[in-house]
Amino acid sequence: MRDYTITSIREGLLRKEFSAADFTREALEHAERENPKTNAYLTFSAVRAMAAAEEVDRKIAAGEDPGALAGVPVAVKDVIVTKGLRTTCASKLLEHYIPPYDATAILRLEQAGGIIIGKTNCDEFAMGSSNENSAFGPVRNPCALDRVPGGSSGGSAAAVAQGTAVLALGSDTGGSVRQPASFCGVTGVTPTYGRVSRYGLTVFASSLDHIGPFARTTRDAAALLGVIAGRDEMDATSAPAPVPDYTGALNGDVSGLRLGLPREYFQGLESATGDRIHAAVETLKRLGCEVRDISLPHTPYAIATYYIIATAEASANLARYDGVRYTTRAASANTLADMYRETRDEGFGAECKRRIMLGTYVLSAGYYDAYYIKAQKVRTLIARDYAEAFEQVDAIVAPVSPFPAFKIGEKVDDPVAMYLSDIYTITGSLAGIPCMSVPCGLTPDGLPVGLQILTSHFDETTMFRVADAYERAST
Amino acid sequence: MKITDQEVRRVAELAALALRDDEVEKMAKDLDNILSHIDKLNELDTSGIEPMAQVLFKAEETATLREDREKPCLSNAEALANAPVSGSGYFKVPRVIER
Repeated sequence: MRDYTITSIREGLLRKEFSAADFTREALEHAERENPKTNAYLTFSAVRAMAAAEEVDRKIAAGEDPGALAGVPVAVKDVIVTKGLRTTCASKLLEHYIPPYDATAILRLEQAGGIIIGKTNCDEFAMGSSNENSAFGPVRNPCALDRVPGGSSGGSAAAVAQGTAVLALGSDTGGSVRQPASFCGVTGVTPTYGRVSRYGLTVFASSLDHIGPFARTTRDAAALLGVIAGRDEMDATSAPAPVPDYTGALNGDVSGLRLGLPREYFQGLESATGDRIHAAVETLKRLGCEVRDISLPHTPYAIATYYIIATAEASANLARYDGVRYTTRAASANTLADMYRETRDEGFGAECKRRIMLGTYVLSAGYYDAYYIKAQKVRTLIARDYAEAFEQVDAIVAPVSPFPAFKIGEKVDDPVAMYLSDIYTITGSLAGIPCMSVPCGLTPDGLPVGLQILTSHFDETTMFRVADAYERAST
Repeated sequence: MKITDQEVRRVAELAALALRDDEVEKMAKDLDNILSHIDKLNELDTSGIEPMAQVLFKAEETATLREDREKPCLSNAEALANAPVSGSGYFKVPRVIER
C-alpha cells in the first residue's frame, strides 16, 4: 500500500490487475491490522467502503469514467461528518454520535471514486498540536513510535505515513494539517480560506477552519484538492472562484520564480531543522529560483492574536454541546442549568475547557474591545505583511515547526509552550493564504522535517509547482 | 495575577462549565500564563486599523447567496436520532419552570 499513488491505482484498475473491491478489502484488512501500532484510526468503515468500491467496479465494467480518485483508499479526520458513520471529534461527548448528513468534501470525494476506509484520531475538537488531547488515547508517530505525530490531524498524517491510506483529509485552524504532515514526513496542504467548503466540518473557529489534504506526493495532494475544492452553496464563505487544473501545472519548471525567506521564521529554530530547510532552499536555487530575504514584521504577534480569535470563536461554537441534541447528557442533572454544566464538565477534556474559558473571558463584558477587537486589528496587520511580501516574491519558503516530532508526554504540562510552538503555521492561517508542508529530509536522529511553502490567496498552483519541483529534485 | 480564582468561577458560570476547586486553581494559572503572553499585543498601535473579521475574496456582495427555494430537510426522526432523551417528536430536557 505504501507505494501506491492515485495514478498507479487507476492504472491497475483499468488494466484489470485488480478490482476496486479486492483492493479495498485488502486496504481495510491492512489498516485494521496495523492500527494497534499507532492508534491512527477510531472507526473503520468497511460497509461504506465496499459499497463505494463496487460502484467503481461497476463503472469500469460499464465503460464509464470511474472518477479522478477511483479506488483510492482515503482516511478522514473524525471532525468531518459522515452520514451514518460515527463521528466523534475525538471527544467523549460525541463518542456515539452518528451524523445525519455528509460533509460536502465527503460527497465530492466519493463522487470522484474515492474510498473512505475509516475515520482518524485527532486532538479533541481539533484543539492541540500533538494529538495527546484525544479522549481515545494518543496517536503514535509511525516514524518513531515513542513520539507524537503532531496535531491536531495526527491520525490522518500517521495513516498516510504508515501506508494504511493513500490519501487523507484533515482540518487546519492554526497549523493542524501542516505540522503533523511535517512530523510524519508526508505532504499536507492548507488551501486558501474559502477554497474548500466547510459544510460538515465540525466547527472550531469559523473564520480560521479549513479542510486540507494529506498525501505522499505533491501531485496526489493537488489532485485531492482539485476534487474537493470549489463553490458550495451550503457554505456562504466558500468562494465562487474557478478551480484550476492543479496537477496539469506540475511540469517541474520553477526557474525565475522569486522566493522569499522571512527572517522572523528563522528565529528560535532548532539547528537540525534549520539545516534541512537551508539545504532545501539551496536545491530550489539550483532549480533556478531567485531567493531573497524578506520580513513579515508582525509575526511575533501571531500567537497572541490567534489564541484570542480562535478561542473566542470556539467558546461560541462549542456552546451547542449542551446535553440536549448531541448524544451525551450527564445522568445526575436535575435542572436545566445543571444539565448544561455537568454534561460539559464530564464531556470536555482539559484543553477544550481551557480554550472555552479563555474565549469566554476575552469576549466577556469589559474585555471585548481590549482583547477581541484588538486581535482582529492585529490580524489585519499580519495579513498586510503577506500582501506586501507577495508584491516582491511569488512564494514564501520557511520551516513548518521549530523542531521535529517530540516524545509523547514531553510537553503536556505546559500549554503555553505548546501554543508557542505553532508560530510558523499560525500566521498563514490568520491571513487565510494557501500554505503546505512538503517533506525535506530527516534530522540526524532520523526524524522528518517539513518545508513550508506559502503563496497569495487562491494561488495554490504556484505553491504546488514549487513543492513538486523540489520533490522531483530531491528524490 | 491577571485573573483571580473568583473571576475564573464567574467565567466558568458564563461558559456553563462546572469546574471543581482544584480545576479552578489550575485554570487560573494557565489563563494567567496565556493572558500575560497576550499582553504583547499592547506594544502595537492599532489606531485607525480596520478589524479583520474574516478572509474576504473578490466577488459581488450577493455572489454567495443561494436561491430562495424549498428543499427537503431532515425528517423529525432523523433530527432527534442523536438526542439523549426525546419523546413525542421533541427534545426532552429537565423541567425549566418550577411550580
